[in-house]
Amino acid sequence: MTHSASQAPPHGALHRLLGHPTDLAGHIETHGPLQVASRGEASWRAALMTSLEASGLAGRGGGGFPSSIKLGVVGAAGAGGTIVINGMESEPASDKDKLLLLRAPHLVLDGAQYLAAVCRASRIVMCIPAGRDTVAVAVRHAITERRTARYARVAEEMVRPPDGFVSGEESALVNFIERGLSLPVFRPDKGSPLRIGRRAALVHNTETLAHIALIARHGHEPFRARGMAEEPGTCLVTIGGAVARPGVVEVDRGVPLCDIVALGTPVDSPQAYLVGGYGGTWVAPPHFATPYASMSLRTIGATAGVGVIVVLGPAACGVAESARITRYLAGQSAGQCGPCVYGLPAVADDLALLARGSADGGLMARLHRRLGEIRGRGACRHPDGAVNLVASALNVFAADVDAHLAGTPCARSHAPTSLRFPQAVAI
Amino acid sequence: MTSLRITIDPVACDAYGYCAELLPEAIVLDEWGYPMVNGQPLPAELAAAAKRAARDCPTRAITLREKKAGPRPARVSVAPRADLRRSGR
Repeated sequence: MTHSASQAPPHGALHRLLGHPTDLAGHIETHGPLQVASRGEASWRAALMTSLEASGLAGRGGGGFPSSIKLGVVGAAGAGGTIVINGMESEPASDKDKLLLLRAPHLVLDGAQYLAAVCRASRIVMCIPAGRDTVAVAVRHAITERRTARYARVAEEMVRPPDGFVSGEESALVNFIERGLSLPVFRPDKGSPLRIGRRAALVHNTETLAHIALIARHGHEPFRARGMAEEPGTCLVTIGGAVARPGVVEVDRGVPLCDIVALGTPVDSPQAYLVGGYGGTWVAPPHFATPYASMSLRTIGATAGVGVIVVLGPAACGVAESARITRYLAGQSAGQCGPCVYGLPAVADDLALLARGSADGGLMARLHRRLGEIRGRGACRHPDGAVNLVASALNVFAADVDAHLAGTPCARSHAPTSLRFPQAVAI
Repeated sequence: MTSLRITIDPVACDAYGYCAELLPEAIVLDEWGYPMVNGQPLPAELAAAAKRAARDCPTRAITLREKKAGPRPARVSVAPRADLRRSGR
């Protein structure tokens, strides 16, 4: 019941976002043309803004920020800004943005066109990481089609920032577009808009924009009819790990985690789910039926994060897998902030000692202190994600942690990783 | 009622550590020498020391903000020390 880049959407799965042709003619036939008022007249802009607010759409990039608030901040900053489409998907366990851009690039670009009209932006920039050429070819083809057909109202272009976990962070994207530096920027006041030159820049995840394109055309009711009242709409989730059929599914917000995982046909007796990607949190079996929604996940100390659920099978060691993830994340630091540059490798070292069963007596106290001290001290949230992941591992795999501490690590800790990494990770 | 809050720019900070010596009541160093602030409003009697810590930071990583009831905190202007102004750091 999952989608991969080559398969047709399965019968019975939701396919509001993924289930239509990719070329412009097919896109227009399915969704109708762009209906942007000429010169973005004020009443039309206000109506679309109202509709987006009423939809309750939250950003699908991981932050979960209400889209209309972000838009309001940028709209207030004046005309001539930039809409930045975040197609970086730097999370190794995630495929949803790649798939969406391959299947429905026009829907994503349309969302950016509607947003550009609402906040009178004059430029749309799609960010696809260097090296991800299949996606870039599809996007470039779509942009060319739209320009040739005089379909795009605001000029669309593509840039290729370096591929890295942190290069998709929104201030790093804006920094790259403006100065060619793929590095996050310290912003003490996160409520103020990002800027390119003197104009505001609005960064949105591809999936958020695809939802906006549908809400702009059909109003907010069809969107609100799905999901939960408090957290409406559908969302894309990549299911991976110990499942027979990994891939991307579109589900209603608020569906129990285990029902989403069931779409990927998981192995028997999973030990845990990793929810929200490698900067997310482990979730233990008693919480497998938690609704996939920010509020519900918060009650169990988890976050929706990026749309990823990884199933940890019974043959894996949660401590060793967490050590690998931490080592990977430590290597992905942008190298700017001391607590991240020195703190994450130190935490990764602690976890590696633990995973190997060679912990010293002071390890746990030291590790807990480090986790507490690193949190919140980076320019971006990268170190926070790593810290939260480790904290959840110590909690969810507490029994294994005790065995490893006692110098008797489980046999499972010698198993090769069941996780996906862009390059081999040694602990 | 206004009070000062210390913000450290973690990108600018290079762990010189002067701030923790000048303002030990509010800034301590982590094991790698990077400053940690407790995030609490600064007692009024420490305002002068905080301004000195901000001024003497070689990388200008410390910002003092007046925390008011309003949404946008005002940045407190601290003149850079003349001997550091053109050091190229």
